[in-house]
Amino acid sequence: MDVIAADGLKKHYGATRAVDGIDFAVAAGQTVGLLGGNGAGKTTTIAMLLGLLIPTAGSIHILGHDMERDRFAALARMNFSSPYVALPQRLSVAENLRVYGHLYDVRHTNRRIAELAGELDLTDLLNRPAGQLSAGQKTRVALAKALINRPEVLLLDEPTASLDPDTGDLVRSWLERYRAESGCTILLASHNMAEVERLCSHVLMMKTGRIVDRGTPAELLDRYGRDDLEEVFLDIARDRPRERVA
Amino acid sequence: MIRPVLRRIWGLMYRHLALYRRSWPRLLELAYWPTLTMCIWGLTASFFAARAGSAGAVAFGVLLGGVLLWEIALRTQMGVAISFLEEIWSRNLGHVFVSPLRPWELLAALLALSVVRMAVGVLPAVLLAWVLYAFNLFALGPVLILFALNLMAMGWWVSLGVVSLILRHGAGAEALAWSVLFALTPFSAVYYPVAVLPAWLRPLALALPSAHVFEGLRALMQTGAIAWGHMAWAAGLNALWLGAAALLFLIEFRSARERGALLTIGE
Repeated sequence: MDVIAADGLKKHYGATRAVDGIDFAVAAGQTVGLLGGNGAGKTTTIAMLLGLLIPTAGSIHILGHDMERDRFAALARMNFSSPYVALPQRLSVAENLRVYGHLYDVRHTNRRIAELAGELDLTDLLNRPAGQLSAGQKTRVALAKALINRPEVLLLDEPTASLDPDTGDLVRSWLERYRAESGCTILLASHNMAEVERLCSHVLMMKTGRIVDRGTPAELLDRYGRDDLEEVFLDIARDRPRERVA
Repeated sequence: MIRPVLRRIWGLMYRHLALYRRSWPRLLELAYWPTLTMCIWGLTASFFAARAGSAGAVAFGVLLGGVLLWEIALRTQMGVAISFLEEIWSRNLGHVFVSPLRPWELLAALLALSVVRMAVGVLPAVLLAWVLYAFNLFALGPVLILFALNLMAMGWWVSLGVVSLILRHGAGAEALAWSVLFALTPFSAVYYPVAVLPAWLRPLALALPSAHVFEGLRALMQTGAIAWGHMAWAAGLNALWLGAAALLFLIEFRSARERGALLTIGE
């Protein structure tokens, strides 16, 4: 069963075609990478999936709910994390998580916060204002917020951006474990190709608002005759002809 | 079904109340302007009352009562608009709007917060007016509840208009959060009767619920009678304006989702 289904999705701002007719589906339990350069349409796509942005055309169904007519039923069962959307800086970590525990109607919120704090090594930070945390700590708090409601669908926009390799690896390991344990479906926008190769079973390559290629990381490497996804990304971004690289 | 709704509303309220719990300067700031305004107007009214005999005593009550009641509208309006701006300043809207919180629940939380902020801001000024000038606002009797409810409702619809303008024009419209209701002060007949206004301005004044509330206050203090006609007008106009402002908010919220403004509103 497809947990996320986008059909004929478009977002136009006047003459600018931010997303220009994309179709994709993500099956239950899959982790799919959304790749593309700046301005390719990844963030716009994620914003439409989250209901923050109304598509110009097309439809989105998440967990069987039409996101135009019934988005709140889906939003209660999904969550989102992005380093570009902040949590209130003057609230403590625990207070921030409690706010979202209430918004997502999480039962036994304090117990869930303690559980996440233990798993993401946040216990000592719970009483510290979010604004006083390092980038790595903020990312772990954002991840805890994204997991507070045990989401069935997780949308992640560059979850390890600006993290040092050690913290980035910890976050990726945690995401792998969470997906394996919960069966969560993950859509991940990232510029980190190693991350995508490690986490994603399928990849959607976007350019100028369109999906220009798709497949498993292995299929894409094979198709472009490359050893890593970074080279595939560059081939697509720079329109390098395949016969030259094959 | 009601429990998740109440929890979502409380969740957003908790997010703001937690800030006040740990910051006494924020709490002090809420009471600062109402108290200062009351002190200045109290001294001014005392000065004139001392020179005008018994008529001056009534005028003193009307003036100080007007000042305190107008603060109810001002602080309620700012309570909604500033709480919404806090979400923009903290760049938290992206998280709030992808949670299951419905737009009307967001509004309910903002309105409830505005009542808390207004009470914390205005009650110290009311108590100080009693201590400093022996003016007891509660002596107006139960009709005070009607005055307060009507002025709070006016604060709500004005703030819904402000929030709608912020959704339309972004943070550039945030100055309206502080200024818009002050601009309505001359037409609200807070310190003088509507009859003082030029004839061509009176219809504008009478389209505002506040003008009816203050006409009602003056009638009560001068004659001891409750002006039910004015109360009915105030309530009817508030219902009309609240409906229009809620519709505007829903239109602007949808428009913001179409334009992608919810992602960029703080920039």
